[in-house]
Amino acid sequence: MNRDVLKTPYLNAFESLQGRGNGGNPSWVREAQREAIGRFAKLGFPTTREEAWKYTNVTPIAETSFRLPSLQPQIELSNDQISPFLFGQQNWHRLVFLNGSFVPRLSRAPSGNGVKVCSLKAVFRSESRLIEPYLGQLIGRDADAFAALNTAFLEDGALVYLPEGAMIENPIHLIFISHAEAAGIVSHPRVLIVGAGNSKATVVESYVSRGGGHSFTNAVTEIALGEDAALHYYRLQQKNGNSFHIGTTQVEQNKGSHFLSFSISFGAKISRHNLNVNLAAEGSECTLNGLYLTSGDQHIDNATFVHHPKPHGTSHQLYKGILTGQSTAVFSGRVLVRQDAQKTDAHQVNKNLLLSEQATVDTKPQLEILADDVKCTHGAAVGQLEEEALFYFETRGISREKARKLLAYGFANEVIGTVQLDPIRSALGRLVFERLGDFSCLPEALKHRDQEKDLSDGGL
Amino acid sequence: MDQAKALVNREYKWGFVTDVEADSAPRGLNEEIIRFISLKKKEPAFMLQWRLNAYRRWLQMTEPRWQHVHYPAIDYQDMIYYSAPKQKKDGPGSLDEIDKEILETYEKLGIPLDEQKRLAGVAVDAVFDSVSVATTFKEKLAEKGVIFCSFSEAVQNHTELVKKYLGSVVPYADNFYAALNSAVFSDGSFCYIPKGVRCPMELSTYFRINSADTGQFERTLIVADEGSYVSYLEGCTAPIRDKNQLHAAVVELVALEGAQIKYSTVQNWYAGDKEGKGGIYNFVTKRGKCAGHRSKISWTQVETGSAITWKYPSVILQGDDSIGEFYSVALTNNYQQADTGTKMIHIGKNTKSTVIAKGISAGHGDNTYRGLIKVMPAAMNARNYTQCDSLLLGSRCAANTLPYIEVKNRTAKVEHEASTSKISEDQLFYCKQRGISPENAVSMIINGFCKEVFKNLPMEFAVEASKLLSVSLEGAVG
Repeated sequence: MNRDVLKTPYLNAFESLQGRGNGGNPSWVREAQREAIGRFAKLGFPTTREEAWKYTNVTPIAETSFRLPSLQPQIELSNDQISPFLFGQQNWHRLVFLNGSFVPRLSRAPSGNGVKVCSLKAVFRSESRLIEPYLGQLIGRDADAFAALNTAFLEDGALVYLPEGAMIENPIHLIFISHAEAAGIVSHPRVLIVGAGNSKATVVESYVSRGGGHSFTNAVTEIALGEDAALHYYRLQQKNGNSFHIGTTQVEQNKGSHFLSFSISFGAKISRHNLNVNLAAEGSECTLNGLYLTSGDQHIDNATFVHHPKPHGTSHQLYKGILTGQSTAVFSGRVLVRQDAQKTDAHQVNKNLLLSEQATVDTKPQLEILADDVKCTHGAAVGQLEEEALFYFETRGISREKARKLLAYGFANEVIGTVQLDPIRSALGRLVFERLGDFSCLPEALKHRDQEKDLSDGGL
Repeated sequence: MDQAKALVNREYKWGFVTDVEADSAPRGLNEEIIRFISLKKKEPAFMLQWRLNAYRRWLQMTEPRWQHVHYPAIDYQDMIYYSAPKQKKDGPGSLDEIDKEILETYEKLGIPLDEQKRLAGVAVDAVFDSVSVATTFKEKLAEKGVIFCSFSEAVQNHTELVKKYLGSVVPYADNFYAALNSAVFSDGSFCYIPKGVRCPMELSTYFRINSADTGQFERTLIVADEGSYVSYLEGCTAPIRDKNQLHAAVVELVALEGAQIKYSTVQNWYAGDKEGKGGIYNFVTKRGKCAGHRSKISWTQVETGSAITWKYPSVILQGDDSIGEFYSVALTNNYQQADTGTKMIHIGKNTKSTVIAKGISAGHGDNTYRGLIKVMPAAMNARNYTQCDSLLLGSRCAANTLPYIEVKNRTAKVEHEASTSKISEDQLFYCKQRGISPENAVSMIINGFCKEVFKNLPMEFAVEASKLLSVSLEGAVG
């Protein structure tokens, strides 16, 4: 089949878009959009012949026809309906997006002291100059086809802007809901997080579905961190099993900044997360953790790229996956250490647990090192549960089935345990157990954990 | 580490040219040339047909570009595909018939072909440009039923074996350079170890490129029949020339049930000068097939030469309980580039593979490990362990590690570890305070770094490899 044909619906949609929503976008955004659609037209959907997409075939996405959601959401969501997505935290700041459009009624955002947590549309109207140096600039001109599509169809999204020294105590939760009542919707959520010097915040991005209809979410998040800024970034992808999810998170770090990321992928039929971090100035540091659980015929791909152009940078990566059913998982992690990046400390680990006969893992850690005074390691492992460990449980009267689940949970816990937000950590624990199947000793196990945590908190 | 720079800079001492009259094919490549080569070799019809098939396939193929090496486009028409020293008689006969110059060449290279002078226990097939000039200890090997001869001889005398196994591991359409090799290969070694025989001595081939503008395309085929064992060594050198020369070889190994093949290479082709001028392009396809149960193939390579090394000695683990091993030291100095590694394809049950790869980059060297571990759905209880370590000497070099792991069976256990670092000041300081000079300390540490690989080489080779490494690195350390 001629792959050029696959681009046509998107190119046509872009044309019709000119007549509607993005008319409100500032001219510099519209300019970037025209450029982006040109880029997409040139690139087309990636094929498995391209190294970066060797193990992920996006043809099913390209061949499904999707439509853009209407500007005024027809579906109303109530507070109750979004409560399952809130981790029980009513006091977190949040911005809720439904099929890509901002829903102010369900959102509550902090403000004051120059902090801006709002929809991009609102900023476009009032002070678009504030974000001009960042939006679309971070992802740059070498965006891949999907990121280019996102820019081309940029209508709304979330902005988190922290001025110099701003610290926000409560996490900021960005919830992107694909309401699948009207199936076949494509949305292109866009997030921009700017943390100026010495700022500090926690941002949680949730990608979820309501209902079982099929949808396609093509997300892009751009993050810029100033000197000594710190950001904790959680990204949870829990779309329904009929949806497609492609996302790119692009991070640019200044001197001494810290970036901590958790990329959690549980959902969608085909899912891919690109996480690109540029440690652009001396002494910046990032920790990238990830957890993916796949079942059925799911396909989850995580691609990380850490660029060390300057000295004294540190990067740590830990990605773990548990696979069941006929699912497939992919990890490709590239670390590039440039000639000037002496004293770089870069570590990367990817481990996969296969729990079924037909599950498949493709992992491709890559180290490219052009400096000599560096410490770089990477490791990858694929395996199943140790027979000895299972036997040990059996000798203690714990059934094989239970032992398997506990061991699998223990495997995931290496990542879950590093999550610093309590509500997310316990939610993840529960989710992992749910995915491993009905399991009666779950509540005790988790309660036990929480109690332990409570005790230690009390001690503080 | 500045003191280490003071190390004397020795020249590539194998870089001389032997003055012999050569019988060459005209420059360029076309079907006529292939017929010419085939005719020279007095090959049976099937061989010519095979070559032509490969050539026609090659014409449709494009040169691969995915590798992490850079070189100007190769003009395949500006090359000589066949060059042989003129001989009184066709085919290598007794030693008396070989040109004195050639004998002296090998003598100079430290490979005396005179059996009296040889280290006992190593049989050598000496390949000079496109032809095999001598094979030693042939009679002694024949007593055990071992066939060890030049490829051309095998095509004529052991046609059935060649017909059966040629291309069975590396088909002619496998890749661009394998196809080119299949079309124009001129000679190489053939080796067959019969059932249950443990080959009484190490077999070895010494490749020498002598003529200018020739490409060397040799082909090696080793078949180890049920329950047999063979250890095979390969060495190579070339004269110093400003122009790059292409070496595109194919090596096929077949291990039947219970057989073991140990294949060791010390690759020391001319690497080019300090500015990266000249040197051999070493684009080689090496692959072994563990066809039978409980068979084992082990590759050990020490890659110190060549301007560009690009090869992935691989093992197809088809038989149940078969074992594949890959031990490698790759060194890049000055402007050398290496993109090397292995592929382990697990097909049979309980198959095991071990990969130990050590990369050393110095000067402007660019060293890449690229490997594939593939576990197919039927490969129950497959096991792989991979370790890749890179050592960086100097701030202008590069080390890349690009492993691919594809697992389609849950019982598989695959582990990959890699690290990149330089020689730490602590290590050097420790040696110095024990009175070891910085030069010796560096060479000691490097030898320690490579030890796991060297210990898998036959003894004489291990000594040679260790020496080679220190020579290649001289002047680079600092």
